[in-house]
Amino acid sequence: MAEYEMTIGIESHVQLATVTKLFSPADNDARNKGPNSVVDPIDFGLPGMLPVLNMRAIELAAIAGRAMNAKIASISRFDRKHYFYPDLPSGYQITQMYHPTILAGAVDAPLDDGGSVHVRIHHAHLETDAGKLTHYSDYSLVDLNRAGTPLIEIVTEPDMHSPQEAKAFAAELHKLMVYAGVTYGDLYHGNMRFDVNVSVAPVGSTELGTRAEVKNLNSFRSVERAAEYEFKRQVALLEKGERIVQETRGWDDSTGRTSSQRSKEDAQDYRYMPDADIPPIVLSEDEVEKLQANMPLLPPYYREKWAGLGLDKSVVDSILAHQSYAVLIASIQDNAGDDVAKRVAHWFASGVSTDEETAEVASNFVPEGYVELAQMVEANELSSTAAKEVFNELLTGDKTPREIAEAKNLLQVSDEGAIASIVDEVLADPASAKAVADFAAGNEKVIGFLVGQIMKKSQGKANPALAQKLIRERL
Amino acid sequence: MTTIDEYLGTSAVANVKRAIQAAKDKPEYNALLALCEERALEQASKVDSGEIKGRLAGVPFVAKDNFLTFGAPTTAASHILKDFNAPLQATAIEKLEAEGAICIGKANLDAFAHGGSTENSVFGPTLNAVDKDRVAGGSSGGSAVATALGIVPFATGTDTGGSIRQPASFNGVYGVKPTYGTVSRFGVVAMASSTDTIGCFATSASDAQLVMDVMAGRDARDMTSLPDFFEIADVKSGQKIGIIKEFMTDDVDAGVKQSVIQYVDRLKSAGHTVEEVSLPILKYALAMYYVIVPAEISSNLARYDGVRYGKRADAGTLSDLYGKSRNDGFVSENKRRIMIGSYVLSSGYFDAYYMQAQKARTLLINAFNELFNTYDVLLGPVSPTPAFKLGENTSDPIKMYLADMMTVAPSLTGMPAISVPARATDEGLPVGVQLIGQRRHDAQLLALAKSVEGAA
Repeated sequence: MAEYEMTIGIESHVQLATVTKLFSPADNDARNKGPNSVVDPIDFGLPGMLPVLNMRAIELAAIAGRAMNAKIASISRFDRKHYFYPDLPSGYQITQMYHPTILAGAVDAPLDDGGSVHVRIHHAHLETDAGKLTHYSDYSLVDLNRAGTPLIEIVTEPDMHSPQEAKAFAAELHKLMVYAGVTYGDLYHGNMRFDVNVSVAPVGSTELGTRAEVKNLNSFRSVERAAEYEFKRQVALLEKGERIVQETRGWDDSTGRTSSQRSKEDAQDYRYMPDADIPPIVLSEDEVEKLQANMPLLPPYYREKWAGLGLDKSVVDSILAHQSYAVLIASIQDNAGDDVAKRVAHWFASGVSTDEETAEVASNFVPEGYVELAQMVEANELSSTAAKEVFNELLTGDKTPREIAEAKNLLQVSDEGAIASIVDEVLADPASAKAVADFAAGNEKVIGFLVGQIMKKSQGKANPALAQKLIRERL
Repeated sequence: MTTIDEYLGTSAVANVKRAIQAAKDKPEYNALLALCEERALEQASKVDSGEIKGRLAGVPFVAKDNFLTFGAPTTAASHILKDFNAPLQATAIEKLEAEGAICIGKANLDAFAHGGSTENSVFGPTLNAVDKDRVAGGSSGGSAVATALGIVPFATGTDTGGSIRQPASFNGVYGVKPTYGTVSRFGVVAMASSTDTIGCFATSASDAQLVMDVMAGRDARDMTSLPDFFEIADVKSGQKIGIIKEFMTDDVDAGVKQSVIQYVDRLKSAGHTVEEVSLPILKYALAMYYVIVPAEISSNLARYDGVRYGKRADAGTLSDLYGKSRNDGFVSENKRRIMIGSYVLSSGYFDAYYMQAQKARTLLINAFNELFNTYDVLLGPVSPTPAFKLGENTSDPIKMYLADMMTVAPSLTGMPAISVPARATDEGLPVGVQLIGQRRHDAQLLALAKSVEGAA
């Protein structure tokens, strides 16, 4: 059996977080809104309506481009792509076929093994999203709320060669877009969708195999699984001596399979043409520079900033999962130093979700509380267990860590006299007699049991190091 | 014919009643598809009460039925929009109403403005105002005839390749196709986005000037609209005018040529210089036009699918719904242009046809600009013939297209061009002279026409 290598290119659709649609004044945020309630006559394709370009979308596209280290076109244009479908009111989608706003760029996506994959961006273009159809037994309903929402479609070069690389790219691109502030990035609501092009060829082959495109993937995991499945499917076909058909395939998340939707033979002719209703868009280098100057810091910046903290990749990933966590940790690092930042980073890593697709756990982003908490641990005022309990409450509340610790009665007792009396009590307890005897016989391990008894009696508040010292003194 | 002056300072209600009666008195011309009687009278009372004031207070007009208006359906003279009631009005209509003008009816046109005779209307042709056996011209035939018959002193029209100038010429009224972008296209059923212009018919140069001044200006709802520049221009004496040789060949009707020459004499008597100029590239203008315009038409007509508005055919499947609704909804000329347009845009042909035509268009613009380095205004006939007989060209689309050969060039270059009534032919048929100016020199053309108005 020959060995095969896969090649992957990805097209990502990113909904831009503008207030209004790309070419109409309709509200661009359709979440929790009734069907067809945010539709302007322009989106509806009424006779005589003309597109009016939302310049904010151009600005966001330029920012998105810079987040991918892409060149921004000084002159870009819009074109029409024609097809008939009830989700497309004008009979054409407005897109950028010939002169896109975002030109070539590149994204470096970190991999779990510590390396990274360099993915070149071919270009990215602005376009309108279509509406949504819901099919019933003998009729279909059209909802045009999403029609006209600005999208950028980011097209990569075929630079990925494993499902893991594809997933890493999708996740990194998502982070870049969210951090740059161009999209809400809510995958559940379709703010970002991925089309994955997969081909396989024998290792060492200079030609790429025929590709199949798996459309509309809406999670990083499904990008990875679909690529895995396609690799196996295509290799199996080649092994049987069959040919790969160039086609569009759909993904079923529940079965973990792709299936054919449309082959190249029945591909439509979109009859692209320049859109004469929209004059060319001119963006000067100065304008792009100004936009970039206001762009928030991106994940690669944070990774570099934290490189000296000795954090595991998984810890960094959990913090980067939400921009507000990253901003918080960076601010703590700036104000309270590496050690405090590292301690807080670990709390976040174990205390919040590591998944970009779930909501943020924290609502308190004031650094002072977290810094104070770390300092209390360093000063032995809190045990690490107690600190985690305080941290969990600190995430969402507005009380100081000391207030929380006091209310929960978690402050450690470091007063020797107070602990000494508990130590004496425990050592005198008949239940401790065996441990005391074992210790005397040279069994060091039992000291843990004795400290545990003291912690129990002090309701976790005794400073364990001090307790151990006092036990040793007495025995 | 009537002038705007006749309606100013009098009862707007009386003006509206007079216009509506005039329309009702001449149903045989089929100039109007619908009257906006109720709304027109409401508007008139607002003018009479002083609620609406303006430069056109109480002046009745008709709108070509591809302008979205209240008060009557907007049909584009098509089956598919037969019962379409617009939820908003075109910017041009809003601006006219804001100055007190009152729309009394919707004028007939070739369906979706595709044609040069108004014979492509699903409501039947409009008859020529001078000779009922002849066509009104088109596509804005109803607007031209309503103006020429004196039903109203002015009318709105659209001109994509001659649709204002040619019917103006055929009926003996002024017709203005302004510089591309002068008047907002918002709310006007689109034909070809890169050449569609909004203009007017009137019975004098001053009236046309006033109507254009009201309609012109930047509109936030049309990105291609230009800032307001339609200020009155002075005509400098001794202008250099070029008469286009390619428009005065032997193929042009002798009566038409005679009228043009007579108009040239008038200009010369007024102290202007007229010289023959040549624009060899003009012979390709019609070919460019019939590639670019159908391409844009095929795109702009894609929205008429029976799904959201308009007539929807009974169908069992989605593809039948599209096929039948569009087959029933469009006339042959619409379908012909959609097919030509789809062909020239299809993969493999786009570069050879559409892009090539666009490159040629750039050469055409350059050639015109070159002449405008020397000449202030270019001149020729509007149409190679006077109004032709009804049915004469309907079976021969190429012959019909050839009638556009003189009007399409300024549409492709985006330059202003107006049709000025000249002396009628010996048979008494109206002839229009076309004055073509540099971009944004619209007012200058009207001022020149005014300076020799009635000098015959």
